[in-house]
Amino acid sequence: MAINWFKYAAPNTFYPLAGRMAPWFFGAAAVLTAIGLYIGFFVAPTDAQQGEAYRIIFIHVPAAWMSMFVYVVMAFWAAIGLAFNTRLSSMMATALAPTGALMTFIALWTGALWGKPTWGTWWVWDARLTSELILLFLYIGFIALQAAIDEPRRADRAGAVLALVGVVNVPIIYFSVQWWNTLHQGASVNLTKSPNMAATMLWGMLIMALAFWMYAIGAALIRVRAIILERERAVDWVRELPEAAR
Amino acid sequence: MNGSIGGAFACVVQRDLLLALRRRADALNTLAFFIIVVSLFPLGVGAEPALLRAIAPGVVWVAALLASMLALQRLFAGDHADGTLEQIVLAPQPLGLIVGAKVAAHWLVSGLPLVIVAPLLGLQFGLPAESLGVLMLSLAIGTPTLGLIGAIGAALTLGLRGGGVLVSLLVLPLYIPVLIFGAGAVEAGASGVGAGAHLSLLGAFLVAALFFAPWATSIALRISLE
Amino acid sequence: MSWGSVSAFFAMGGYATYVWGSYAVTAVVIVVEIALLALRSRAARRELRQPVALRD
Repeated sequence: MAINWFKYAAPNTFYPLAGRMAPWFFGAAAVLTAIGLYIGFFVAPTDAQQGEAYRIIFIHVPAAWMSMFVYVVMAFWAAIGLAFNTRLSSMMATALAPTGALMTFIALWTGALWGKPTWGTWWVWDARLTSELILLFLYIGFIALQAAIDEPRRADRAGAVLALVGVVNVPIIYFSVQWWNTLHQGASVNLTKSPNMAATMLWGMLIMALAFWMYAIGAALIRVRAIILERERAVDWVRELPEAAR
Repeated sequence: MNGSIGGAFACVVQRDLLLALRRRADALNTLAFFIIVVSLFPLGVGAEPALLRAIAPGVVWVAALLASMLALQRLFAGDHADGTLEQIVLAPQPLGLIVGAKVAAHWLVSGLPLVIVAPLLGLQFGLPAESLGVLMLSLAIGTPTLGLIGAIGAALTLGLRGGGVLVSLLVLPLYIPVLIFGAGAVEAGASGVGAGAHLSLLGAFLVAALFFAPWATSIALRISLE
Repeated sequence: MSWGSVSAFFAMGGYATYVWGSYAVTAVVIVVEIALLALRSRAARRELRQPVALRD
């Protein structure tokens, strides 16, 4: 039995599907978080060098991974929307941006709190944290641009161009910051490197990464539903929804 | 207007230069901003010579970045206001080419003066002569790249409210690699490592921008004008 | 991994501020995002019930 995926490319079919899927993703995120944090706090041992402070990685690394992954996925959907003129793809890109930005913020915040006990300063200009900061700027730029444009289709397409220019530039930015960082090393070492990770630490991190992923999908699905309602308010199928009845 | 590619390019450059000449104040404002911003730093961090020499490449480069960014408004705004931009987009000549020509003229008016004045500012910060040369060269290669990348931002934000600040938000992250290697070139030159690698990378950025930025800008212009 | 006592767990070997500071802020951010999503969805549904301007 072949599923006709393209059936769900229209807002009117995707809307109820997203509504049914979202709770499952949130549920998975909750379960995975419970398992991940249990491993992180009650199975993984104390680190020889960093003591208990290292336990921040169970949030920091998953958030950082997700911040980058969400940006790429956002750029992907924006590109699809630009190339094929599909509204829903663009709406998905718009829906992903705030979640990605928040992931980036979490990565930066936890990075700073991890840096203070381990390296002595609240902010370390190492390559990964600095690139993460620039990624936050890229997210903010995308959100700000779309917010500044009233006409939805122009906002979709302009955002897509910006996201694509951004995604192409991310490797260049990362490489440049790495180069810059090695030149200005001084006493700073690579903050986010975790040498000799015990298997349990790695497992905790991976499960938390999966948890963040499930959460991000759930949040994006809810947000895209709101965006669909906002943009398609005048269309028939929306007016016939139970939500629209008095 | 000539039918040939070169002719069209020259024609647009000439037109934009003529228009810029009529509003000399705009071009001079960019230069004045550049000089003022650079001069603010010693006032802010103190005039200790060793410190100033150390921060000089970064300060000059950041000021050049900011000045370039402010000047972006003038790239398309004038033509957009009087309807010429729509005619340009409809013209038979490739839009990427015309965009390239506009950016070239824009650089001659807003970027080249910065390149010429930078050594004087470097002297104020106590940079040695060889460093001044590298500074000039890095800016000469880098400022066109900034103009090309900035054009994408200017095209995306055409006619939007909050234009200036919004363009900065979009374009400054993209400027960062150019900044790193531009300022880095001067420091590498001063430390004896040689600025060759940095300048080559700056050159590579310029070539990449020459290929991709006009195309992306054309797409952005069409999106903004629909 | 056995913590000596509940207070040892909360003390996190002296790093309590950093570890719990991270987890707390993350939890707050997630809760805020979900709350904002709920508000946005509710506002979108409320908008639906307003009459739409007639198109020509």
